[in-house]
Amino acid sequence: MFYPGPLVALVDIGRTISLVIIGGGLLWLFIRALKGKEVDRRVIFLFIFIAVATPILFPITFGEKATRVVKAVYDKIESLPAGSTVIISFDFDPAMAPEVQPMANAITRHCLVKGHKIIFMSLFATGQALLTQTLRDVVETEFPDKKEEVDYVNLGYKAGNEGVLNVIISDFKKMFPTDVNNIPYDSIPALDDVSSCKDVDLIVSIGGGKPGVKEWVLFVGDPGRVPVACGVAAVVAPQMYPYYPKQLLGLLGGIKGAAEYESELIHNYPRFKDVDTPGLRMMGPQTLAHMVIITFILIGNLSFFIKKRKDRQ
Amino acid sequence: MRREVPLFITFFIGMLLIFSVFIPPMESLGEDFTVFFDIIAVFAFFLGGGNLLRVHVSKLTRQKRDWQYSIVTLLGFAVTLVIGLFKIGNPGGIAAAPTAAGSLFQEIFDYCLVPLGATMYSLLAFFVASASYRAFRAKNREATILLIAAFIILLGRTPFGTVVTGWIPESFDVLQVPNLAVWIMNAPNLAGQRAIMIGIGLGVVSMSLRVILGIERTYLGEDKS
Amino acid sequence: MRLLIHTTLFLSVFIFIGSSRIFSVEPSPQVQADTLVNTADTVGVSVAPVTSLLVDDYKYDNGEQLNLSWVPSIDDQLIDGKVSVYRVYRITNDSTRELIAELPPGSNSFTDKNLNRHDTYRYIVAAVSASDDEVLSTTTEPVQPQREWINFRRGYLFLLALIIGGAVIYYIQSARRGKKLFVRKIAGLEAVDEAIGRATEMGRPILYIPGILDMDDVQTLAAITILGRVAHQIADYDTKIRMPVSRSLVMTAARETIKTAYQTAGRPDQYSDDMVSYVTDEQFGYVAAVDGIMVREKPATVFLLGAFFAESLILAETGNSIGAIQIAGTARPAQLPFFIAACDFTLIGEELFAASAYLSGEPKALGSLKGQDVGKAIAMIVILVGVIAVTIGNAWDVKFMNDVKDMLTTIFSTQ
Repeated sequence: MFYPGPLVALVDIGRTISLVIIGGGLLWLFIRALKGKEVDRRVIFLFIFIAVATPILFPITFGEKATRVVKAVYDKIESLPAGSTVIISFDFDPAMAPEVQPMANAITRHCLVKGHKIIFMSLFATGQALLTQTLRDVVETEFPDKKEEVDYVNLGYKAGNEGVLNVIISDFKKMFPTDVNNIPYDSIPALDDVSSCKDVDLIVSIGGGKPGVKEWVLFVGDPGRVPVACGVAAVVAPQMYPYYPKQLLGLLGGIKGAAEYESELIHNYPRFKDVDTPGLRMMGPQTLAHMVIITFILIGNLSFFIKKRKDRQ
Repeated sequence: MRREVPLFITFFIGMLLIFSVFIPPMESLGEDFTVFFDIIAVFAFFLGGGNLLRVHVSKLTRQKRDWQYSIVTLLGFAVTLVIGLFKIGNPGGIAAAPTAAGSLFQEIFDYCLVPLGATMYSLLAFFVASASYRAFRAKNREATILLIAAFIILLGRTPFGTVVTGWIPESFDVLQVPNLAVWIMNAPNLAGQRAIMIGIGLGVVSMSLRVILGIERTYLGEDKS
Repeated sequence: MRLLIHTTLFLSVFIFIGSSRIFSVEPSPQVQADTLVNTADTVGVSVAPVTSLLVDDYKYDNGEQLNLSWVPSIDDQLIDGKVSVYRVYRITNDSTRELIAELPPGSNSFTDKNLNRHDTYRYIVAAVSASDDEVLSTTTEPVQPQREWINFRRGYLFLLALIIGGAVIYYIQSARRGKKLFVRKIAGLEAVDEAIGRATEMGRPILYIPGILDMDDVQTLAAITILGRVAHQIADYDTKIRMPVSRSLVMTAARETIKTAYQTAGRPDQYSDDMVSYVTDEQFGYVAAVDGIMVREKPATVFLLGAFFAESLILAETGNSIGAIQIAGTARPAQLPFFIAACDFTLIGEELFAASAYLSGEPKALGSLKGQDVGKAIAMIVILVGVIAVTIGNAWDVKFMNDVKDMLTTIFSTQ
């Protein structure tokens, strides 16, 4: 959220008041915990609400540095020669979009600025509409010179879950005879050198559900020996670590992963300094919410021990 | 006969698909059966949609408890279906994709479905907090280890983790909280997950064999094996 | 049933042992291009051509691929290399040559895919200089891709499948013969009776959620089989069951299962199709509906069994907030911590698949659980040997240990 000049002072005041409310409230709960009192779940909900809302209304931002797992994805895209083909698969639904779409947008930006060809597709029915949003907000707005069907192609959604992957590993055209604009596969210049997934240089699956990253690794990455990278919701990231670094060359986990990628991109390509970076923006609420949760865990343990001691006495 | 035919189909197709993994000319059979399943599932959608309509129309006409909500469900269902099917408000007309940019269907998706889905998903933030508050108690040794691990991971996910342990020299950087968090995820967590995954894999084999050999039949609506 | 098992065993052994005799693989044609006479094809010589161009059949496929290999041009050097790209040309039957791939310097092999096994193919590889001058190799002899009937590359996988599958079948047979098998107690399943009893006493319904995937997912299948056992008890106790589902096929299967359970329990009149209702395929739309049902109807017992994703904690915490006894189970490792934190009992991974056999108590089904242990023993031994081999092999470069590591990698490769 951006505020005009005169409002900046008010924003600072608002931020300070909110932080004082959170800090004071938690301190009060701490004191109650010393008497062995538990916290009602609704109070926890209230604090989480304030902790998330404050940095959204009164922005709090933190600097991010790409960790090794995120840097691996960035470096791979950076090292591919211009004209390489990258599949970006939108394997998520609207619910997961706020967390993972910033990754899709950042990776799309990176691929286009490097001159790679992108094949957009989706294994989720609702992913196709989200894909349209990325095309509208990133590709058409920031890269007006890039032509559909030449620099990128939108194959859209195909039903069949991993069955789709099972087919496109050997024959793309069998599953996608046309793109979403009904242009025949053979008439799409961006797909001239692509007959199957084995012909692409990198696959990036964004999502975390099923079908998703795991299916891309099992049905395409491994058997076809195609490098696979992914961006997943934070809750799914632990499940993906078994595949890193051999079957997954890198992964972006949750908003933090998106923020790290965005900061790396801005650092190396200053032209993206002014584009929207929801990943970096959302790190504020996430950090504050984590701190509140940590405090509640401490409060919970404190009241637990005090109560135990009282019971013993 | 009503039971024997499905059992035979299950046995025959199950064995065929197992062997197709080892027979190159039959390798694409799995793909074909996936497509067959999708076709059947599409037809089954009519059953589901029909059931939804029946339940809510009945609730509405009989004015059962909370019948007002059924109006919202039925209206949402009808409006989205009609706009999607007939591509009403689609700049590309009837030949364009339903999700073409600027179409009414896409607008419904962007401004109704996306925020509603995101709202439900964001409930997680609240529930994670209340569940952590309840579950992470140092009740015994195992719970204490869990608590410490949770603490490190939570701190490691925030810039505070870097601030708190940034002073640790490079040669001991594994002790910095963010790196410690990555280590916990990559080593103990990974080991546990892999063990569970191996167990799951074997469980799937055993369950599939029970189904293929007809020992497990409850899913066919049969109570006795 | 006995006939089915015997047929399976017979088929497996027959195909495995007999395959090498019945479907013997013909030696693949391997053609070497004569690279000595290649100056005739050269246009504006500026780099040396590739040599020893070989084409041979890609092993164990459906006759769709050919492998090419060559020795790169001597001008293809890491420093000051003169080759800018290699171009691979294909001549199908007797047609003109077509460019099929451009490969970076340093390449020495290529696999041509999606071929037709009824056609013949010849190949030429051109070394291209920076000024785009092509120097062609000679053309290979015509080759036809061969179809193989058995994928021997997966021989080890077959053997493993045979051992584990065989062990499951062996223990099923032993159990049938009356052998007593020990199965450890699973707390979550022991509590099923109590959970259903509690709902009956309180006069509140039981909510059964079979995950959010379709019938093609084995976890949903497991959830439906457990439903069969649970529904039987529910019918016996005359308790109410409520089952909102997110897939139409699951709705049909669940109705059939509950109906039969009520019939078997002698209460067919108590069954109603309304017990199972379809809500929506949309993940969080479904979650909203289930949460609403939980809050409004306050079920005494909630079963969360099947495939769950991000919604696991939302459902489990809502169930916890209404004070229901919750029995959860999933084979999604990422969701297990949430269920453990918010539910009373959690079936971890394989316990979900074992549940139906456990609840039925039938010897045949329990025997299949015992068979899994053989697989686990193999996994444990292999992990132990693998860890020792990799550690010693890497630390002291012991050849024997490196060989063991290579052997295990070959056996467990999925290619």
